[in-house]
Amino acid sequence: MVDLAWPDPNDCSILGKRTPRIDGPDKTTGRAKYTYDINRPRMLWAKFATCPYGRAKVATLDTSAAEAMPGVVAVEVIAPVGTECKVHFQEVACVAAESEEVAREAARRIKVTWEVLEPCVSDDDVEMAGNKAKKGKEQLTDGFDAALAGAAVVSETEVGCSILTHCCLESHGSMVEVAEQDGKTAVTAWSSTQAVSGVGGEFASAIGVEGSQVHVICQHMGGGFGSKFGADLWGALAARLAKKTGRPVKVMLERDMEIALAGSRPSAFATMRVGVKDDGEIVAWESAAWGSGGNTGGMGAPGLPYVFGNIPHKKTQTTPIFTNSGNARAWRAPNHPQMCLLTMAALSDAAAELGMDELEFFRKNLGLTARADVYREELAIAAERIGWAKKWIPRGEQKGVVRRGLGLAMHTWGGGPHTSNVQCTLHPDGAVEIRCGTQDLGVGARTAIAVVAAETFGLPLEKITVLIGDNRYPQSDGSGGSTTIGAISTATRDACVKAVNQMLAAVAPELNAPAEQLVAKEGMVRAAGSTAGGLPFADACRRIGAQPIVTMGTTQRGNGMSSSQVGGVQMAEVEVDCETGIIRVVKMVAVQDVGRIIDLLTTESQVRGALIMGVCAALYEERVMDPTTGALLNPDLEFYKLAGIADVGELDVHMMQTDEHLKRGVIGIGEPPAISPMAAISNAVANAIGARVKRCPMTPDRVLAALKA
Amino acid sequence: MNAFEYARPATVAEAVGLLSKQEGETAPLAGGTDLLSLMKDFLVEPKRVVSLMGIEPLAEIAVGASELRIGATVTLDALLQAGFLNQWGAKWPALWHAAAGIKSPQLRAMGTVGGELLQRPRCWYFRRGHGLLAQDAKGESLVPRGDHRYHAIFGNAGPAKFVHPSSLAPALIALGAEAELVSPRGVRTVKVEELYRAPQAAGERETTLAADELLTAVVLKKVAPKSATYEVRPRQGLDWPLVAASVALELDGGKVKAARVALGHVAPTPWPVDAAALVGKPLDEAAIGAFAVAALQGATPLAKNAYKVELAQVAIRRAFAAALKGI
Repeated sequence: MVDLAWPDPNDCSILGKRTPRIDGPDKTTGRAKYTYDINRPRMLWAKFATCPYGRAKVATLDTSAAEAMPGVVAVEVIAPVGTECKVHFQEVACVAAESEEVAREAARRIKVTWEVLEPCVSDDDVEMAGNKAKKGKEQLTDGFDAALAGAAVVSETEVGCSILTHCCLESHGSMVEVAEQDGKTAVTAWSSTQAVSGVGGEFASAIGVEGSQVHVICQHMGGGFGSKFGADLWGALAARLAKKTGRPVKVMLERDMEIALAGSRPSAFATMRVGVKDDGEIVAWESAAWGSGGNTGGMGAPGLPYVFGNIPHKKTQTTPIFTNSGNARAWRAPNHPQMCLLTMAALSDAAAELGMDELEFFRKNLGLTARADVYREELAIAAERIGWAKKWIPRGEQKGVVRRGLGLAMHTWGGGPHTSNVQCTLHPDGAVEIRCGTQDLGVGARTAIAVVAAETFGLPLEKITVLIGDNRYPQSDGSGGSTTIGAISTATRDACVKAVNQMLAAVAPELNAPAEQLVAKEGMVRAAGSTAGGLPFADACRRIGAQPIVTMGTTQRGNGMSSSQVGGVQMAEVEVDCETGIIRVVKMVAVQDVGRIIDLLTTESQVRGALIMGVCAALYEERVMDPTTGALLNPDLEFYKLAGIADVGELDVHMMQTDEHLKRGVIGIGEPPAISPMAAISNAVANAIGARVKRCPMTPDRVLAALKA
Repeated sequence: MNAFEYARPATVAEAVGLLSKQEGETAPLAGGTDLLSLMKDFLVEPKRVVSLMGIEPLAEIAVGASELRIGATVTLDALLQAGFLNQWGAKWPALWHAAAGIKSPQLRAMGTVGGELLQRPRCWYFRRGHGLLAQDAKGESLVPRGDHRYHAIFGNAGPAKFVHPSSLAPALIALGAEAELVSPRGVRTVKVEELYRAPQAAGERETTLAADELLTAVVLKKVAPKSATYEVRPRQGLDWPLVAASVALELDGGKVKAARVALGHVAPTPWPVDAAALVGKPLDEAAIGAFAVAALQGATPLAKNAYKVELAQVAIRRAFAAALKGI
């Protein structure tokens, strides 16, 4: 019999090893079909007429020219006369037409006149935002003033970061087909979603059918990062137009609408003071922070100070700013990268002010964190890998044109599992099928499920068929908060253990051994510990009779199966050209605890991807708005700048895999490594040039300004 | 994109005959890397597109002992490949640096020399439909009160605040190149810098070409082995330079006999800089530094792009250093 518990790592043939993604070849050859790729017979394309201003009221609206255009099948008004549009690219009307080109042209022929209103797009200046800035109450702990006054050194820091957008490579959208089948309406929604099992209800309610009538499919998706939980207006429109026209309708956002509307990461800025004792012990923290997530304000949890939450005396205050720009959505560790930047920059500046090695300073204060032991271990490994001791030069000591710097940052995250249900079918010929209504947001879900099933059945990976991305498979929660891997891996283990044990019981009499002593390993079913005898797996399965074994598994929490809460340390080495202000990332080191790993390669890839996103945020990426019109100036990939592969530098990833970590079980890894990079790079730049660059992305103008300050 | 008529003539004469005198009615098409996106965004709406890719002589590149003639539809890749084959880069390094600085393989494969020189500005107000002069309903420019981090620091007193995006033009100007233009009125030759102007009113273009005039070739007639281009480009891969400087030098016994300097991405046109002050003097670090400062003396940055003044000085200094070193 096979135990539910994860097998001993030394006993694993594939679990925890480096396994390339099983759907990698599909993705690289184009065989994988994304929602954007789904085209159906008689399908209509939908395009939008949108608001060209940051804030304006619809004065008149005339859709007649669009309706009269050959090829136009339906026009739906979204913002009737009198509607105040509050963001550039807000949807005014939607056209469904025979081709993408006709839909686009017809949308242009919708004539709107506007009563233009004054927008507020200032997300970085509380004064300029005026009454759009809602000053929060000051939080003060007892003894703060005395603690600050008693500090040997009080450092001051001002730093922040711009609004980013999710900018998914596959934009948001759905392709919806509504058909009458056997006297009932059947809806099929191909949707680029990170919540396959949960999103159906939104399509159903959009057209007044029951959730059971909606079949949701998302086999592959091109990025979500937290922005694709719902069907959104765009999915609802696809459903409405499909019902209205009786034809399949595809609504996928164009790049400009994707960047404008489909999610943003709030900006965050702060002035901070840190009081420290002579020996480097932090005694007081003061911060006034502001920022915006668009119409929804900003400045949510986790708050300041980040990670070092146990600083004894604190005074904090935050001011969310409400702007005429696209709303915030969860963005790979919501608010954590921003709070990490603010906190780590202030602490790094305190260390510099004190004349203390940054690494030493952070080490000294680990008692103020929730995971001191883990961080201590990780700091040591990261320092070794980046060569901290050899390379560290105190801040401000370099004089050349090109200067090198080191910086570090630390982060924390939960990553406990959500609820997943997995069905395992073990066929009498030995074939294994796993069904789960999860999706692959980037986790490597298919691969993770296949790895767990292969390990449990003692089969090679290619013997496992994984079926996901369909709401007709057993329910699985949306992928968010790094919750997926702990759920699907433990639920798969649960289902597969049940199935293999039923099979072992069936074959036991023939093998003349009690089922308890049998295992399935290396393609054979035989007594545990023996290397001879037994039956090949497929032959053993024939003993289960004509019917397959079907079992259900569900998320296993605790007991070494899965857990929550991780810490991570990252270090950056940069090179700054002090004449041009251009920063080059030389190397990033990421050391991360993650409990038990299912697929080491996919896990490391997750971390590398997070580091690359961090380089983008630190050096290039930001949303730019025009203050006069409230219009977005860079809703394109030309000036909404992302790092190219040559800009990324060396990425060195180390996963903590000691027994101590492994026995915690599986923990999610999507978010945590995306938190620290921006902060680590900011600190490395400060170390190199002797000054804090006040804003990320650290573009040449900002670097040169810091050098002059 | 609107529907349009497509023509693919085989000769320059035919092509010129297909172009309208009326600005905007017709558009010559080479690699299409800029024109197609302009058309997709409805920034230009030509009724007829005239492809030049069927005109074989336009795709020819001729390298002589002291002459380089580049047809207008020579792709950037072909230009660089010809450089490997016959080492023209050693004779005109400034042009080599500029061409090699265009880091997108796709753009190099499709983009042509003529198209690169005549591409439209990348000003985000222009590209987002606010017009080349980025004016509001009252005719006032959005740029000075908007985000102008990439905008002009020279030649911006008039309504045009954008920068010309060409990478090759400053190099060609520094190298003294000429451009050949053909129209129904015949052939004319102008200096490359004379291809450009800053528009003074809405509707005006940023080039001096007539609507029915074609750029057919650029010609370098003199070897300039001491030359270089330096771009301040934030990303290693495809990215627009924040500023660029091209220099070409002739030295005589350690002293400057002739010097030509042009800046890119600083003004609505590629921006030639008077280098007469250097003539007759030795070219040491101090002299180059002083020249770089003087070159930017007349700059008129807007509120948020003064950093480009500094960057332009750096680019000049580094271009001189590279030219002297011969890299």
